[in-house]
Amino acid sequence: MLKYDIVIVGGGPAGLAAAVSAKRNGIASILVLERDKELGGILNQCIHNGFGLHTFKEELTGPEYAGRFIEQLKEEKIEYKLNTMVMDISDSKVVTAMNREEGMFEIQAKAVVLAMGCRERARGALNIPGYRPAGIYSAGTAQRLVNMEGYMPGREVVILGSGDIGLIMARRMTLEGAKVKVVAELLPYSGGLKRNIVQCLDDFGIPLKLSHTVVDIDGKERVEGITIAQVDENRRPIPGTEEHYTCDTLLLSCGLIPENEISRSLGVEMSPITSGPLVNECLETNVEGVFACGNVLHVHDLVDFVSEEAGAAGKHAAEYVANGAKHQPSNAKDIPIVATEGARYTVPKTINPDRMDEKHTVRFRVGDVYKNCYVSVYLNEERVIHRKRPVVAPGEMEEVVLKKEDLAAFPGLSQITVKIEEA
Amino acid sequence: METRELICIGCPMGCPLKVEMDGGEVSSVTGNTCKRGDDYARKEVTNPTRIVTSSVIVEGGSLAAVSVKTKEDIPKGKIFDIMKALKGVKVQAPVHIGDVILSNVADTGVDIIATKDVL
Repeated sequence: MLKYDIVIVGGGPAGLAAAVSAKRNGIASILVLERDKELGGILNQCIHNGFGLHTFKEELTGPEYAGRFIEQLKEEKIEYKLNTMVMDISDSKVVTAMNREEGMFEIQAKAVVLAMGCRERARGALNIPGYRPAGIYSAGTAQRLVNMEGYMPGREVVILGSGDIGLIMARRMTLEGAKVKVVAELLPYSGGLKRNIVQCLDDFGIPLKLSHTVVDIDGKERVEGITIAQVDENRRPIPGTEEHYTCDTLLLSCGLIPENEISRSLGVEMSPITSGPLVNECLETNVEGVFACGNVLHVHDLVDFVSEEAGAAGKHAAEYVANGAKHQPSNAKDIPIVATEGARYTVPKTINPDRMDEKHTVRFRVGDVYKNCYVSVYLNEERVIHRKRPVVAPGEMEEVVLKKEDLAAFPGLSQITVKIEEA
Repeated sequence: METRELICIGCPMGCPLKVEMDGGEVSSVTGNTCKRGDDYARKEVTNPTRIVTSSVIVEGGSLAAVSVKTKEDIPKGKIFDIMKALKGVKVQAPVHIGDVILSNVADTGVDIIATKDVL
């Protein structure tokens, strides 16, 4: 059996940053397993710019951002296997994987970093009535076809969902000569970044219809038209508001789901909100020595934050390999972080005041759009952070920074609460 | 005095900007959290520019297409001229990040460069 100190599942932005960080924290024996034929993950198809302002202080395209990390991986001489699919991870950390050259094989790891990313919500999960003709794609599939394979999925396009990939694809299809007729969004607000609404829709005069959904798909062999309708506050279509668009293509940008099949079968405890593992401040799951980072943990909107988070996961995995279960002994207990009143979840889910760094960034998402609100943090009943925000929205990740000195000094700390408060 | 409200596209934070204009001149920019926002606002109300990204076909490489971008930002009105210039462009592998694919695209004085290695 192959033996490595750290096995990293996934060679996208999270896996790459975790590997480089683990190496720089003193672990030589690392293996990255990637199922695609190249490293870089989803960044390879995200050819638009806007990546890396935090990490590299310049604006890069997705492939360039991935390229920087792939270079670092190669400089650090970290081993990786491409075209390799991980099938299973046992609780004794035996990773079962397969590829065309080696067949099925096993790797004994001391620590595992889960960095499998996420996948798109497909039509089957959306309950859209109508036929099942050709011409219906998830936005990311269309993105791969246009940007990497050199195919155009269609000429006249309707997009359902205003997630970032949908917005980016509205622009991309337009640039390639397609006519994007409308972007319909079920919710009363967009799920994408504001900048993408400006530079992908407004720049090209593409209408965004909020509180609208697809109620019918015409065409038997190929999409011939789409009917959208306005929805009420319960997201039910309002009769009489139907509008028909002739088109040959429907793109779906309706959310991303962390890809956690192997985490679940390993017995990793999952959050029903993020569909990702529950982790402590070391990004360690309930299975000792198994860490998670990137979109498999919770869906991010900025790759820079994925790299940062994955760097932390790599460092903690390295510490675990070096010191075993007591990788960071603690005299304090793990304090649960509760997300409530507008905040949907937090990563991490618990924090240990003794073990944590001087400062720890807690990331979370809100459940609705709030204007002129406060992001508040309570230690037990005492409010310690009360930060004014002009606007927060579900499409954009929020953060609060907890300080070790505050937590360690708080007598009888039993719970940290993150919430949104009205002004 | 004229006020224009913009959303900064400098990075994914999307800061809401307020630009005060006085006779075609920018008198103040507020709402930005960094220098980029100030630069963007001044440019957006006088001479809006964008980076254009696309992909072109590669022959003889490990992938069918290579991603490309304008090396610098170009006037917003030139976006479709650039896309037209890129139509039908084919390059031979190997291509490296930073290789010039098309120089002075659509007379903008800006080159199109590769953003990915295709070997």
